[in-house]
Amino acid sequence: MNKFWVILGHTYLEKLKSKTFIITTALMLLLVVAAANFQTIADFFVGGEDEKDKIAVIDHSDTLFEPYKQSVEAANDSLELIPYDDSEDAGKAAVEEEEFAALVVMQMNEEGRPEATYYANNITDSFTQSVLEEQLQQIKVALSIEQAGFDEQVIQEIYAPVNFESVALDQDAKTLEEMFQAQGIVYVMVFFMYMVVILYGQMIAQDVANEKSSRVMEILISSASPVTHMFAKIFGVALVGLTQILLLVGVGYTLISSRKEELAGSFLDEVGLVDIPVDLIIYAIIFFLLGYMLYATLAAMLGSLVSRSEDVGQLIMPMIILIVIAFLVAIFGLGAPESTIVTISSFIPFFTPMVMILRIGMLSLPIWEIGLSIVILIISIIILGLIGARVYKGGVLMYGRTGSLKDFTKAIRLSKKEK
Amino acid sequence: MALIIDHVTKRFGEFTAVDQLNLRIPKEEIFGFLGGNGAGKTTTFRMLLGLLDKTEGKITWNGKAIDYETSNLIGYLPEERGLYPKLTVKNQLVYLARLRGMEKKAILQELEKWLERFKVPEYMNKKIEELSKGNQQKIQFISAVIHRPELLILDEPFSGLDPINVEMLKEAVLDLKEQGTTIVFSSHQMSHVEELCQFLCILQKGRPVVQGSLREIKRSFGKKNLRIHGDFPLDFLREFPGVVKYRRMNEGCDLQILNEAVSQDIFKELQGKGFIRKFELEEPSLNDIFIEKVGSSYE
Repeated sequence: MNKFWVILGHTYLEKLKSKTFIITTALMLLLVVAAANFQTIADFFVGGEDEKDKIAVIDHSDTLFEPYKQSVEAANDSLELIPYDDSEDAGKAAVEEEEFAALVVMQMNEEGRPEATYYANNITDSFTQSVLEEQLQQIKVALSIEQAGFDEQVIQEIYAPVNFESVALDQDAKTLEEMFQAQGIVYVMVFFMYMVVILYGQMIAQDVANEKSSRVMEILISSASPVTHMFAKIFGVALVGLTQILLLVGVGYTLISSRKEELAGSFLDEVGLVDIPVDLIIYAIIFFLLGYMLYATLAAMLGSLVSRSEDVGQLIMPMIILIVIAFLVAIFGLGAPESTIVTISSFIPFFTPMVMILRIGMLSLPIWEIGLSIVILIISIIILGLIGARVYKGGVLMYGRTGSLKDFTKAIRLSKKEK
Repeated sequence: MALIIDHVTKRFGEFTAVDQLNLRIPKEEIFGFLGGNGAGKTTTFRMLLGLLDKTEGKITWNGKAIDYETSNLIGYLPEERGLYPKLTVKNQLVYLARLRGMEKKAILQELEKWLERFKVPEYMNKKIEELSKGNQQKIQFISAVIHRPELLILDEPFSGLDPINVEMLKEAVLDLKEQGTTIVFSSHQMSHVEELCQFLCILQKGRPVVQGSLREIKRSFGKKNLRIHGDFPLDFLREFPGVVKYRRMNEGCDLQILNEAVSQDIFKELQGKGFIRKFELEEPSLNDIFIEKVGSSYE
């Protein structure tokens, strides 16, 4: 047991001191700070009151401008319409000099319908363009109806919004607002898990492969058993991960809670990152740790089969594919959490961590389902750990051309006692 | 008390790497393993260390099975350099020696002594990848002996070293023996084995073809080497009864003869033929024995 701690401590400290760790952590912290200040940053770029996009309008009909200005500015408050009295060419020149964001030339055609031409330096800003088009369309519709002689009352009646209310009959079911929030939290959690598992899984596989290719492994496992070594490595890297995550979450949480008032109603609030239900956090931690254990064991096992550290990528491909599939199922489940494929996947151990947390976040699950998936996951980890230890014991002594999963059986055979 | 390898066999599937190996390695002696590539030396070492499980047989050190309980008593230098290229000598050895049950303070003291002894104290804070191969081997050697093991296993310790460093390492090996360490080692160089070992074993295809003390092996081999330097043609000796091998040399010839008696016959035959400057009867070299037993040259 003593040697377990020596290996764990060494792995942890060496990783912590590595440049890679320091740089990635610094970058992630920057990202967290940026996310917490998303509103401020967004405001800065979108601009305040006085930085509205000015649209020059030449109105040949003389009647369209006032209603058009009203409806456009009501629809989008970042646009400001300004009547332009000079010639069209002067207007275009002004747009080119960026005095205006765009120029709209309006007139009535022969049938008495409004039409317009839109000039801008480039027409990639389809948003402004579509707002302007939509509002003109509405004016056209209104004019047409008026010309057709309908009563104003009738028109208002036609346009009045329909009453459509959604009521969930299940008492525990989440309200629409909760659902939307849950989607946000679950998305963040699933993505986080995906990142961490890939990042740290790769780190373990690479580490094992490096020790093997530098042949230091032979010395290590003559001092401590391969099983001790494997699990010390897995937990050592886990501690590195936890350190990083605690740092990020700590900083993120402090930033968010210190500005909770300010953030109410902001983007972060809308996606549910300001108030996360406690039970969801607890489940997330459980599935997160179990998921990590499962994939880390797999990664260590695969890493032990490689003789040259360059081959790691090739051999952990199957693992990466599993993680990507789990991620895709979870993302699909965000839109359809009750579909059969999501339900089934949530009990397949390699998918459970991501998919189950999605179902817990989005649905009201009976506790036995959650319990069952946790039990399945733990059993799988133990089985994989036992197989992994065997493969590891044989694999670390195996050199030569590797890169295929055939070595898997060879490694098991090598570690077997033939009695 | 000793290291006892009792009818040990290791099979990988159909292939038998070590076949019924039966050895008793006395304590506080140096024991040499010889054998071509694939003879089973490294497999035997790995079984000694418990890295590989034996298919059959038993290995005991002082009557106890070798496993992770006893690993602090054992030192190991693998055939290939096995160190972290990116770690400094200090961090490296602190880690490896702690895995052999040493305390950090003691490790640093010992490490300083060893670096001093190998005349490389300035390497303490250098990374392994910055050192030459020979110097890496010194660090590797320190990692095998720093915890003062009772049993030291050296797999090809002298390969890739220049003669000065070989001498330095040999001296260290002999000192360790003096201090009571039992040493098992393998080498490509017959001369190293001849110089260091009291006991040895030649392996071929997993079987011991010769084993015992060096002196016994040489004596029981029977054949002797005879070196003659003379001023007249010696070619007629090629066909002389009792001569096994004849090799023409610059100043005469080297012969391998069946036994000591043949040398007397040759001595009489040479009388009166001319001036003889040298007539020397020698014990067979280990290389001769190896070639005879294994059937081909080793190097």
